[in-house]
Amino acid sequence: MEVYLDNSATTKAYDSVRDIVSRVMCEDYGNPSSLHKKGVAAEKYIKESKEIIAKTLKVQEKELVFTSGGTESDNLALIGTAHANMRAGKHLITTSIEHPAIINTMRYLEEEGGFRVTYLPVDRYGRVRLEALKEALCKETILVSIMYVNNEVGSVQPIAEAAEIIKSCSRNIIFHVDAIQGFGKYQILPKRLGIDLLSISGHKIHGPKGVGALYISEEVKIKPIIFGGQQQKNIRSGTENVSGIAGLGMAVKESYTGLEEKTAVMRELKEYFIDGISKIDKTTIHGHIDDRSAPHIISAGIAGIRSEVLLHSLEEQGICVSSGSACSSNHPGESGVLKGIGAGREYLDATIRFSMSEFTTREEIDYTLETLYNCIPMLRKYTRH
Amino acid sequence: MIFQTFLIKYGEIGIKGKNRYVFEDALVKQIKFVLKDAEGSFQVYKSQGRVYVDCDGYYDYEETIECLKRVFGIVGICPVVRVEDTGFEQLAKDVVAYMDEMYPDKQKTFKVNSRRANKRYSRNSMEINCDLGGAVLDAFPEMKVDVHKPDILLSVEVRERIYIYSEIIPGPGGMPVGTNGKAMLLLSGGIDSPVAGYMVSKRGVGLEATYFHAPPYTSERAKQKVIDLAKLVSQYAGPIKLNIVNFTDIQLYIYEKCPHEELTIIMRRYMMMISEYFAKESGCLGLITGESIGQVASQTMQSLAATNDVCTLPVYRPLIGFDKQEIVDVAQRINTYETSIQPFEDCCTIFVAKHPVTKPNTKRIRKSEEKLAEMIDELFEKAVQSTETIIVK
Repeated sequence: MEVYLDNSATTKAYDSVRDIVSRVMCEDYGNPSSLHKKGVAAEKYIKESKEIIAKTLKVQEKELVFTSGGTESDNLALIGTAHANMRAGKHLITTSIEHPAIINTMRYLEEEGGFRVTYLPVDRYGRVRLEALKEALCKETILVSIMYVNNEVGSVQPIAEAAEIIKSCSRNIIFHVDAIQGFGKYQILPKRLGIDLLSISGHKIHGPKGVGALYISEEVKIKPIIFGGQQQKNIRSGTENVSGIAGLGMAVKESYTGLEEKTAVMRELKEYFIDGISKIDKTTIHGHIDDRSAPHIISAGIAGIRSEVLLHSLEEQGICVSSGSACSSNHPGESGVLKGIGAGREYLDATIRFSMSEFTTREEIDYTLETLYNCIPMLRKYTRH
Repeated sequence: MIFQTFLIKYGEIGIKGKNRYVFEDALVKQIKFVLKDAEGSFQVYKSQGRVYVDCDGYYDYEETIECLKRVFGIVGICPVVRVEDTGFEQLAKDVVAYMDEMYPDKQKTFKVNSRRANKRYSRNSMEINCDLGGAVLDAFPEMKVDVHKPDILLSVEVRERIYIYSEIIPGPGGMPVGTNGKAMLLLSGGIDSPVAGYMVSKRGVGLEATYFHAPPYTSERAKQKVIDLAKLVSQYAGPIKLNIVNFTDIQLYIYEKCPHEELTIIMRRYMMMISEYFAKESGCLGLITGESIGQVASQTMQSLAATNDVCTLPVYRPLIGFDKQEIVDVAQRINTYETSIQPFEDCCTIFVAKHPVTKPNTKRIRKSEEKLAEMIDELFEKAVQSTETIIVK
């Protein structure tokens, strides 16, 4: 049996996404900047995709920019606004559990741009401490960036409360949300929540890799970070990735169709799965297990087995999972996020992330549990001294 | 400057008496093998005690040199300008043009060294030296002749056609692969074993390799890394038959039955035994490891003796006297270093004890191994039977 429980790393594309991507690549392959009909046909895909996303987020179409994915969206959001607004101040705030696309961009701004960055601590469930946010905000602050859902432990951040705190400090402070793990699982309405910039990615929601988008509120001043042919109103030069953009639009449409039912099923499966894992001794679930955690992510600490070993054992049985976060699992070592939430030492190098999708079934969860029951006692027998 | 031929200089092959043709043929074969990686079409042949690579038509000079530099047995690569024999006056013009293009700075000394393979040529080699030297001096009065230590040694070989060259690009030396049988390399994925394979192969030995993987403790990526390393080594050593042994069961069994501080040494003994099994099966004349005295606990003199104890074939350890940095230097030169340092766990480090024995007593190790009697033969057989074999090139 093949069970894919690594949907926070990437997802299988919807059939409809595959079809539209292939159609754009092979039939409507024009350059949207071309004046002839092939160009016009290509442009139409971009327009349709924009319409879908704008409607889903309840924002204006002109407030959307397509990018090469989550990382670029985050880079554009942070570097683009930091540079455009640095006259108002040079202080930035983020959390200590952000994705490397945020953390490393912030470090770049610290080192190369002369910005001061505050990294907010989190509580033991992986949620940002709002008191710390209040304390960190100051006259110099121009930008706050907080993720919607943490990619390693699945904690949902108190975005609305954070926005309130930020905006009550100053209406001018820009609030960016990295929603790469939350988009497609939650209805996210930036204007209602007080979000000025929102990053999304295609391949986490059954769309193509190499495409993402950034919502930029029309009130936000931003500078480009990529220069060229002035496409997308000069905010993001480069011939649009039309097939990717069409695929992204299709993925957004599909994933938001019947969203509530789908997430309810995932949440139910998650609870069932957690119950099953809890039957194994010396295990823990990181973060909250109620609705303060994402419906699709389960971060389980299993003491006494290095996560990579358990990962490969599950792989032998056809089950794909991640150790810690997929983006950083090529670099062995302990997770900063797990340390940040104060996870026990025995779990730092012994945590597996299971991440489901709308296609995950109860049979797959049962099979996974059964495999865990079988292999954990065996693996615990052989440990390093 | 466009070169139409490379003259390949080889060293020790020249002195191998009646076996010389064996070495030359192996050299030609290996040159043909590596040149598959270079753009262009090449004729490789031997003629009158020389090996030539003709490249008529377009070819990528840099790629060609890079490939030839990987052929053991080559001492020097001379890029040759080849001209038709249309009389001495034309030759003098060609030589002057050659010198002009090759050496824009004329403040140099030179010497002409000609060879006349075509004995019907109008001048003998002394006359050729003299007259060509004169022609160069007439053309470039700044140049001087120095017959003892010239800056430029201008070689002119008169054959059916005439070959002009002066530059010698150093090759790796050694002997052509395959002229000294073959041996089995224990390839781990670390820095040392690819270097060890390279060094033995340099002396003309063909390679086979054995790698031990231990799923789920080692990943597919670790295995891929070893395949990549074998591929890098094969650029020098020619195609490598790689045996991939699933070692998990044996390892866990040793872990279960034997003292943990002896685990590594016993494990290594079994690796040697399995490698030797494959070595004998395919006619290898020895085993090769990347061990160096004292580098780690399993490479002390006592440990080496304990691992050696299980082998009947000779075990070659070309790095035995190398310091780590010296090994790293070679690894960087032969381009395996970057691949070797990818951080994947290999099967030697999984269960390593905090304080492994550093001075194992062979008798005691044998005694410990008796505890494995019940199942080890069966596991050995199973590991050998389930081994995956691939040809890496």
